[in-house]
Amino acid sequence: MIALLVRDLKLAMRAGGGFGLGLAFFLIVVTLVPFGVGPKSSLLAAIAPGILWLGALLACLLSLDRIFALDWEDGSLDLLATAPLPMEAIVSVKALAHWATTGLPLVVAAPIFGLLLNLPVEGYKPLILSLILGTPALSVIGTFGAALTVGLKRGGLLLSLLVLPLYVPTLIFGAEMARRGVAGLDNTTPMLMLAGITCGTIALLPFASAAALRVNLR
Amino acid sequence: MNSIWEYANPKKFIQTTDKVLPWVSILSCVALVVGLIWGFFFTPDDYRQGSTVKIIYLHVPSALMAINAWMMMLVASLIWIVRRHHVSALAARAAAPVGMIMTVIALLTGAIWGQPMWGTWWAWDPRLTSFLILFLFYLGYIALWAAIENDDTAADLTSVLCLVGSVFAVLSRYAVNFWNQGLHQGASLSLDKEENVADVFYHPLLVCIAGFVLLFIALVLLRTRTEIRARRMRALLARERMG
Repeated sequence: MIALLVRDLKLAMRAGGGFGLGLAFFLIVVTLVPFGVGPKSSLLAAIAPGILWLGALLACLLSLDRIFALDWEDGSLDLLATAPLPMEAIVSVKALAHWATTGLPLVVAAPIFGLLLNLPVEGYKPLILSLILGTPALSVIGTFGAALTVGLKRGGLLLSLLVLPLYVPTLIFGAEMARRGVAGLDNTTPMLMLAGITCGTIALLPFASAAALRVNLR
Repeated sequence: MNSIWEYANPKKFIQTTDKVLPWVSILSCVALVVGLIWGFFFTPDDYRQGSTVKIIYLHVPSALMAINAWMMMLVASLIWIVRRHHVSALAARAAAPVGMIMTVIALLTGAIWGQPMWGTWWAWDPRLTSFLILFLFYLGYIALWAAIENDDTAADLTSVLCLVGSVFAVLSRYAVNFWNQGLHQGASLSLDKEENVADVFYHPLLVCIAGFVLLFIALVLLRTRTEIRARRMRALLARERMG
C-alpha cells in the first residue's frame, strides 16, 4: 500500500505528472474573478470564501481523470487488480495520493489567494480549516467518478457531469463554514456536517469505487 | 412458480405487458382527462391566488413522479445488482428519461406559477434547488448509459451510480435545506388531513396523481418493451452476420 502511494506521489511530482497544474488553475480562477465582477474590494471580500471553494473544487475536478487513466492505458491497473491488495485499498490509496497532490497544495496556497481576494484576516482560519476538512471528500468522490468513467474514450466531460452533483453537499457545508467564519458567526454546525460528510465518504465510497473499477476491468 | 421473478423472463414480461399495457394506457388517459378537466373547469378560483392555483394539477403529480421514478430506478438497480435480471436493468434505463421529463415539468410549471405569485421565475429555495440537483442526477445517469457500449457494463455502472446518487440526492436535499430558508410552501398533501388543500381541490388532484402514476407505468412498460426488442434485434443481426 505504502509502495503504491509512494509510486503515485513520485509519478505526480516528476516531470509530466502535472503536479502544479491544479494550483495554476486555481490561481487563474482567482485572477479571473475580479475581471468578471469588478475590483471593488468589499464585494470581493464578501464572495472570497465562495470563490476559493469553487476554485478548489474545479481544480480538483480538472485532475480527476488522471487518477486512473494513465494506469489504465499502460496496463498497470490490471496488474494492480491481480495483486494481493484488495481493490478497495487500491482505490483508497489512489484517492489519498490525489488529495496529497491536489487538495493539500490548494489548502496551503489558499491564504495567498485569499490575500488576492481581500479576504478579512479573521477569515483565514475557518477557510483553511474548512478546506482541510472538505478536500478529502472531494478527492474520494472524484475517485468514484473516475472509476466509473475509466474505460471511456470521451470520459472527461461525462466525468464532470457525474461528479459535480455529488459535490453539492460538500460545497454547501464547506463554503457555509468558511462564510460564517469570515462573518464572525458560529460555524460549529456546518463544520460538524462537513466533517461527517468527509468521514462518511472516506468510509463508504471506496467500496462503490472498487465495484465500479472491477466492472470496468472485467 | 407464481413468484414475481417470473416476469424477469423477457418473453413472459412481453406477454404479460401485451395484456396489461392497453388497459394501463386507457386508464391513464381517462384519469388524466377527467382529472385535468375537472380541475381546470369545475373547481372555483382560489380567493387569493385566482386561477393560477390550477397549475397544481400538473405541478404536484409531476413532482411526485419525478421522485418516485428515481425510487423505482433505485429498486430496479438493486434487483439488477443482486439477482441480475436484465429486464430490471432495462426498466431502470427506461424510467430515467421519463423521470427527467417529470422533473422538467415540475420545474417549468413551478416557474410559471412562481412568476405571478412570488414575483420571480426562480428563487434559490431549498425545494427548487434540490429539484434542479435531481435533474442533474438524471442527466448524469442517462449520459452514463449512453456513453458505455457494452450493455452489461453499462447496467452495472449505472446501478452503482444510482445507489451512490440516491444517498447524495438525500444528502443534498438536507444540505440545501440548511443552506437557505424556503419560499415554497409545505406539503400540499399528507396523510394527516390537517395540512391538506381544501376538498374541492383535493379530489381532482387525487385523480390527476392517479393519472400521472398510470402514465408513468405505461411509459416505462412501453419503453422497457422497446429496449427488450431492440436488444433482441441486435442479437439477431449479430447472429446473421456471424452465420
